Parts: sequence; structure tokens; C-alpha cells
Amino acid sequence: MLELLDINTFYGNIQALKGVSLEIAEGEIVTLIGANGAGKTTTLMSICGAVPPRSGEIKFEGRAISDMRPNEIVALGISQVPEGRRIFPYLSVAENLDMGAFLRDDREGVKKDVEYIYGLFPILAERRHQAGGTLSGGEQQMLAISRALMARPRMLLLDEPSLGLAPLVVKRIFEIIRKINAENKTTIFLVEQNANLALKVAHRGYVMENGRIIMSDRADQLLTNEDVRKAYLGI
Amino acid sequence: MMTLQEIKKSLFTSLWFMFLTFPIMVIKVNTIEKTIEWRWERMAAVGLGAFVLSFVWRYLIQRKEAGKKRAEVGSEDKVPLIPRLMSDRRFYMPGLMATIVMVVAFPFVFSLYQTNVMITALIYVVVGLGLNIVVGLAGLLDLGYVAFYAVGAYSYALLNVHYGVTFWMALPIGAALAFLFGILLGFPVLRLRGDYLAIVTLGFGEIIRLVLENWNEFSFGPSGIANIPKPGLFGLDLSLQQSTTFIYFLMIGLALMTIFVVRRLQDSRIGRAWIALREDEVACQAMGIDKTRTKLSAFALGATWAGMGGVVFAAKTTFINPTSFTIWESIIILCVVVLGGMGSILGVIVGALILILLPEYLRAFSEFRMLIFGVILVMMMVFRPGGIISDVRRTYKFEGLGNKAENRGE
Repeated sequence: MLELLDINTFYGNIQALKGVSLEIAEGEIVTLIGANGAGKTTTLMSICGAVPPRSGEIKFEGRAISDMRPNEIVALGISQVPEGRRIFPYLSVAENLDMGAFLRDDREGVKKDVEYIYGLFPILAERRHQAGGTLSGGEQQMLAISRALMARPRMLLLDEPSLGLAPLVVKRIFEIIRKINAENKTTIFLVEQNANLALKVAHRGYVMENGRIIMSDRADQLLTNEDVRKAYLGI
Repeated sequence: MMTLQEIKKSLFTSLWFMFLTFPIMVIKVNTIEKTIEWRWERMAAVGLGAFVLSFVWRYLIQRKEAGKKRAEVGSEDKVPLIPRLMSDRRFYMPGLMATIVMVVAFPFVFSLYQTNVMITALIYVVVGLGLNIVVGLAGLLDLGYVAFYAVGAYSYALLNVHYGVTFWMALPIGAALAFLFGILLGFPVLRLRGDYLAIVTLGFGEIIRLVLENWNEFSFGPSGIANIPKPGLFGLDLSLQQSTTFIYFLMIGLALMTIFVVRRLQDSRIGRAWIALREDEVACQAMGIDKTRTKLSAFALGATWAGMGGVVFAAKTTFINPTSFTIWESIIILCVVVLGGMGSILGVIVGALILILLPEYLRAFSEFRMLIFGVILVMMMVFRPGGIISDVRRTYKFEGLGNKAENRGE
């Protein structure tokens, strides 16, 4: 479904991605793990068009998207949950969700999806009139994921959904990620520092270091891999 | 409470004020006789005044904090007084009728001078609503907004001088030119935000003014353009009184149209895009909103209203020169928006009326006029930081299929 072919991405003169290639098939949960500054977020930014790669190619369903603008990429069906949640702080929960459906015209469908979201996260239904900024960290993350889902994406990009959340909340978020994948067949690309949890949820994983992919395998294989365990799982 | 600590605090405040005002209030140099007059009794007055006022100040702050706490404790959110009155039919209809009668009767009841002041205020309503799109809705701080006002005014004046273009032709042309200039300014600032954006727009405003001031062949320089015709009405010959009344009603019409259009824009898709842009630029992009187009449209549409306001301004004063378009004008328009309440249409209207009418009617206080004006501005921002009528946004009614729609105030 999504294919990265040897992409090189730069911030000014600094090369953040050095020939990254990866592939995600439809219906999969794929995770990208690695240490701070490995280039995980940059990979996501390259995909969604915020920091386009200087060379290499990104293909979504066979179409080259490396030159497209961010809003065109969203319109293709790639939705992103940005790092640090980035919900709209002064808009209510309901309005945040509504913003997620910005590109959609089917009022009825949007209404139904809001119901679905409220079923998925009952706490959001309770707080629908509350301003987004007054929610707790975990609730904000739920809202950020929900908002991305409101676009009815075929592919969901998640950037560090566990960032700054309590372990119990993180667990709940990951359960939901798995549920979204199973129920809607939404392909998920998950960027995480919490390698242990990410690998438990994902089907496949890529390991990144210094802007390069150094390893890729099935998630359960990576979990038992000696090097990965030592470097990222702390066991 | 008059505790010892409170008194001590006030004492320090009054000492500080006595020290601060010492050079201007106490010393008076007579340059002719070369003597210095010491007016100590004034210092005593300042000290006493500051002492008393500091108590009032603290009392008001306390009341405000208490109010905030009460609002936090109360579970149901309180809709502020004015929107609540607006949504109540019993008050709304008579209120609306009274306003209409007042608006229609105004030029016939009051003097020519009063009507002229009102026209100025109405121009600021229109221009303020335009800036409200840029600052209040899209959250882009624009300090050079007066440039578009100048574009409108000069496009009418110059087209009239060179080609004899009439007011009615110039109105759409001025609006269109301002629109173009809005896009022109929009492009270089697409990547900027916050302080940087403010500085660049400030520069843009000054550039326009300096060009007008120095390019004599084009704009007649500082001497300006005189004898700009007032708007005509089917070729009728109007007396000064009549034409002023006519411009008044023209401005009322323009203001109503502006209110209508801005309201529609606010609820439209592009209005939502502006709000998303204001709230969080990164997230806005992640929603699939075209950031470039959203920013440009905010600048261009905001500028359009300034252009129209400028055309009317030129027609009303019949004389323009670059001194009408200084940074001070930009600041006043920005004050109209911020003081009135960012994003709120009614707020901007009230803000414009207060900011333009107040200095006029404070003329009785002559030299203290600007001082009182300044004090009112400071007080407003301390006690009502959201503006006179803060924006109570509509909540979208996505209550879901199963639940009954809760009744929420708009």
C-alpha cells in the first residue's frame, strides 16, 4: 500500500534520513522503533509531505506522492496523528472531531462516525462540550486519534502515541489501535519509542538508527531478537 | 479589609507614584524668568489619590478573581449577559426595533458634526470587521492593515483625478485592488507566524505609506489629493447636509453587508479552516486543510473590506494625503478588534463605536483626552481580557443520533 524507496530527507544541511526504504501492506500494523533522533518522526513527516524528501520516491497505492502537498496527501486517505497530540485547545471535543472531517461532505456519514468514536471512547462523549485543552493527556491522545479517524483514512500514521502518558493509559490506547485495525481494516504505521508495547501490537517492525533502517522482521521475531532486546527493550 | 499589610502596600504604591510623577507634576520651569516653581501641594494630591485608588484597584482585582472561582465551581457554564439577552426573544425584538429606529433617525435628529463622527465610526466598524477576519478568526497579527485602507482611498482618488471614475465604479475597483494587495502581502509571509509576521506586516504598511509620500508623480506626495467628489445619487444635486446624510446611510448599508458576509464566512468551510489555522498550524495541515490558500484568503478577504472603507473615507473627507494612513491608524483598528473582542462581530461593532466616539466626546477634557483614553484601555484589558463582548462561538450540533440535542447558547 505504502512504499518508501531509498528516500533522503534533509533539514537544511543536516541529513536526517539516509536512504530509507520500507513497505507497508494493506491491513497491516507496522511499527518503526528506534532511539531519540534516529529519524522516526522525520520518516513520518516525509510521508505526509510536511518535510518532503530531497531524493527517493514515496508511493501510495502505486502513485508517487513525494511531490504532493500535505493537504493533497490527506485527501488521498493518509491521516496523521501528530507528535504531541496537537489537538485544537480552544475548540470543544465535538468541534475537534468535526475539524477531522474537514474534507468530507457526507453529513450523515460524519454523524455516524462521531457516534462510532463516542462508542470507542465513551469519555469523549461525556466531554463533548469541553474545550480540548482542558482534557487530560490520555484523553487528548484519544481525541487526537479520533480526530484523525474522522477523515475515514485508509492509512493512519501515529507518532508516539505513548508520549508522556501513564502506563495504564498507554495500554488502553494500544488496545484501541489494535481494535481500529481489526474492525475497520485501517492500515496503521506506528512510530514508537516504547518498543516493547509497539512490537506486541504490530505485525511487523522496522528498527531505525541514525537515519537508516538497520533491521526489519516480523514483530514477534524482533521481540525475541538478542540485539533488539539489548538495545531497545532493556532486558 | 483594612489590614496593616494592605495599608503598607498602598503606602508604597503612593510613594512610587509620587516619585514617578515628581518631574512633571511638581517642577515647573519658567524659561522666561529662569525660575523654578516647586508645587509640593500637587505631590500631596498625587500621593493621596494613588493611596485611595490602589485600594479600589485591589478590591476590583479581588472581585474579578472571586468571580472566576465562582464560575469554576458552578458546573453549568454561564452564558455572558449580552449574548444571553440577544438569544432571548423578549429582549431581542424590542432591542432590535429600538436600534433600527435610532439608526434611521440619527442623521435627522443630530447635527451635521455628530453625523460626520458617526460616519467615521461606521467606517471603522467595516474596517474593523475586515481586520477581525485576519486577527480574530485566522489568528494572524497584522500591524500594517492600514496599507489596504490607503490602497482603497488612493485608488478612488487617483482614478477620479486621472480618469474621472465615479464613486460607485471606484468602490468595487478599490475593493478588488485591496484584495490583490492582500494576496501580494500574503505570499511573502506564508511561512511566518506570530512576532515575525507582525514585524513584516508592520514593514509592509510603512512601505505603502512611504511610497505614497515620496512618489510625487504618482500620488502627488505629501500634498495629497483634494476635491475628491462625494458619492452621487442618480446625478441629483445634494447639499452638504443631504450628502452627509446620504453617506451615513451608505455606510449603514455597507456595514450591514459586511456583517452579513462575515457571518456567512464564519460558518463556512473557509471560516472553519481559519479557526483551525488560528488554533494550531501543524494540526491544521494534518486535517487536510490547504494552509497556503487559507492564509492568503484571510489576508485577501480582510484587505477587501479595508479597501472599501478606504474608498468611502476618501469620498467622505474629499481630501486625502499620506498622513491619514500612519501606523497609528493600524493600531487604532487593531484596538477596535482586540478591545471589542476578537472574533466577535458584535464586539467589533461596539469596540469601533467606543474607540471612535469616546475620543470625540472626550474633547471637553481637552488635554486629558488621550490620558483618559489610555486609562480606559488599560482597565479594559485588565478586567475584561477577552474584550467587551467576548466571542461565544457557536457549538456545532453534532449531538449524535441517539442523544437528544442539548440546548446550548450560541
